[in-house]
Amino acid sequence: MKKWLRVDMSALEVRQEQPAEKYAGKGGRWLTSQFINEEVDPGCHPLGENNKLIFAPGFVTGTSAPSSGRISAGGKSPLTGGIKESNAGTPFAQSLARLGYQALILEGLPADKEQRYVLRVNSEGGELISAPELKGLGMYDTITRLREQYGDVDICGTGPAGEMKMAMAGICYNDPEYRASRYSGRGGLGATMGSKGVKAIVIERDGPGVEMADSDLFKIGQRKLAEALRNHDVTKPGGALNSFGTAVLINILNQAGGLPFRNFRSGVFDEAEAIAGETIADEVKKRGGEGMMGHSCSPGCVIRCSNVWPRKDGTEHVSCIEYESDWSLGANLDIDDLDAIAEMIYICNDLGLDTIEAGVTLGVAMEGGLAEFGDSEKAIDLLREVGRGTPLGRIIGNGAGLTGKALGVTRVPVVKNQGMPAYEPRSVKGIGVTYITSTMGADHTAGYTIAPEILSVGGESDPLDPQGKVELSRDFQATTAFVDSSGYCLFITFALLDSESGFEGMLETVNGVLGTSYTGDDVLDIGKKILKMERKFNEAAGLTRADDRIPEFMRREKLPPHDRVFEITDDELDQLWDF
Amino acid sequence: MAQIKVNLFANLRRFNPGGPEAGEFPLEVEEGSTLSDLFRELGVPKEEVKIVFVNNLRRQKDYVLQEGDRVGIFPPVAGG
Repeated sequence: MKKWLRVDMSALEVRQEQPAEKYAGKGGRWLTSQFINEEVDPGCHPLGENNKLIFAPGFVTGTSAPSSGRISAGGKSPLTGGIKESNAGTPFAQSLARLGYQALILEGLPADKEQRYVLRVNSEGGELISAPELKGLGMYDTITRLREQYGDVDICGTGPAGEMKMAMAGICYNDPEYRASRYSGRGGLGATMGSKGVKAIVIERDGPGVEMADSDLFKIGQRKLAEALRNHDVTKPGGALNSFGTAVLINILNQAGGLPFRNFRSGVFDEAEAIAGETIADEVKKRGGEGMMGHSCSPGCVIRCSNVWPRKDGTEHVSCIEYESDWSLGANLDIDDLDAIAEMIYICNDLGLDTIEAGVTLGVAMEGGLAEFGDSEKAIDLLREVGRGTPLGRIIGNGAGLTGKALGVTRVPVVKNQGMPAYEPRSVKGIGVTYITSTMGADHTAGYTIAPEILSVGGESDPLDPQGKVELSRDFQATTAFVDSSGYCLFITFALLDSESGFEGMLETVNGVLGTSYTGDDVLDIGKKILKMERKFNEAAGLTRADDRIPEFMRREKLPPHDRVFEITDDELDQLWDF
Repeated sequence: MAQIKVNLFANLRRFNPGGPEAGEFPLEVEEGSTLSDLFRELGVPKEEVKIVFVNNLRRQKDYVLQEGDRVGIFPPVAGG
C-alpha cells in the first residue's frame, strides 16, 4: 500500500498516513492538483499557514521505465496566486517513490520564523531536525553539508531566495552526482517551502521499490517505449537532444523568428549561433576536462539532454546550460557569452532561483534602465543583489511583474504574473494560446505546441497561422496533464507523437504499475479532468477570464521579423475552456 | 544564377563546405533551383532534412530559391 508522509510545521509533527480511497492510482500532477483542490483554501496566502506544499512522484517513477525520474511539486503559487504544479527530473523523485510514498506534504507554519529544519525521511516515516547552521546557506553548500551529515541520501531544498520568501524561488533537487542543479523552478514554490521553515528534505536511497499490479505488462510496455526512444531522431543516443542538449533549439527558433530578443522586442538574435547548442557541444569538446554533453538528470534516462559546462581551463562551472536558461539569460538580454550565462545559471542554482523568471526579470530591469542590454557584468551583479536581500534584490527576486511595476515598465512579458519562456507568441501562435490559457501562468511545458508548429513533430502546423490554435493547445494541454502525472519526462512525447508502438508502450507501463486499463482516449479525458480541477481552484482563488489575457504590448507592437501582433481574440481564447 | 546564403545546423553541420563550425556561407545556384536541388548540390541526403527555413519562413522541398534568400537547414531537433 502506498503511504503519505504529512508534516505539520505548526505542531512540528511528522506522521505517516494511509491516503483516502479517492487518491488511489493518482500520481504526479493529478495527485498534487486534486490534493490542492481538496485541502488548500483557495483564498489562503501562498506564504501563510493555510497553504500546503505537496510533492508527488508520478505513476511509474522509481521503476525501471526509461526517462521516468520526475516529481511534481504543488501548492498555491506565490507568483501567480493560482494553482501550481512544477515538475523536475531528479533521483530524489525515484527515492521517494521507492520508499513507497505516494506523497509528501508540508503544512502549517512554525511559531519561530527564524528557525530552520531538515526533514529526514525513510521508509518508517520522518523526523524534523533543527538546523540553524543551514540558515541563509546557498544550495551548493547545503547539499555538501547534508551529504557529509547524512551520507547516501537524496536531497531537496530551498535556497536563500526561498528563505526570503521571494516569488522567483524554486525548489532545488540534487542530480545523480549531487549537484544543486535540478529544479521545480516555476511559480515560486521555493518561497512556500521557505515560509514553512523547511530548509531541506533528505531521503534515504534504496527503498524496497514500486509495487506493480502486472509486472509482465509493465515489461512489455517498457521495451516498446525504450525502443521508440532509441529509434526516434531527437531522443535516440547521438540524436539531437543527446548531442546538443535542449539548446539545439536556439538556432531553429531564431530561424523561425520566434526567439525573443531584448525583452521581447524582436524574434531574431543576430548572435544566436554563439549561444546555440551546437556551440555548447563544440566548446565542451574543445575545453575538455570536466565538461560533458549527454548528461542525465536522473538514472535510467535514455535521452540524456543535460550537460556540464566547463570553464576555459576545463574545470566544472555549472550544470546545466539548457535552452530556457540559455535564452532567458542570453538572447533575452542581448548576451552572447556562454561563460557569463553559465555564471548566471550558477548563481540561480545557488540562490534557488527559477532561471526563466530570473532572465525575464533581468530583461524587464534592463528595459527599466537598471543596466544596458548586453551588459553581462551588470546582469550578474543584479542577480547577486537578490542574494544580498537588499530592497532592490527583493524587487528583482519577486519576478518580472513586480520589477516592471517598480520601474514603471509597460513591456512586461508575463501572464498571470509569470514570465514568458523562450518562444515568442506573436511568431508562434499556438504556444501563445498555451501561455495565456494555462492554469499555471505563462508556461511552455503546459501545452508544447512547438512540436508541430516549429519542429514538425506530431504533424505540421504553420506557426504564424492563428487558425486552429485554440484546439491544438487544448489537446496538448490535456495530454500534458496526463504525462505530468505519469512520472515520465515530457520529452518522451517527441517519440510518442511519431510512434504508435511507443505510445502503446507508455500506456502499458502505466497500466502495469497501476492495474488500470487506460487507452489513448483516457489520456485526454484524464488530462481534461485535471485541467478542470486546476481551473476550479483558480476561479475560487479569484482568477478570472481577465487573467487569461496577453500583455497589451503584444497586441499593439508588431514583432520583427514577421511584423505581426498576436491576433487570436479574447473570445477565441475563452473557447479553450469549452469542453 | 542566384546568390543565396545557406546555413546547416545540428548533425547536418558536417555537410558545410567550410567545416562543421564555419556557419553561414554564400552560394551561387542556378536560376529556378529548388531546395531539393540545393540538398543535392551540398550532398545532404534528403531523408536527413526535416525542416527548412527561408528568410524566417518554413518552406517545403519544392520551394524555388530567389536572389538574396537566407536558408537554414535542420535535421530533426527538439527541446523544451
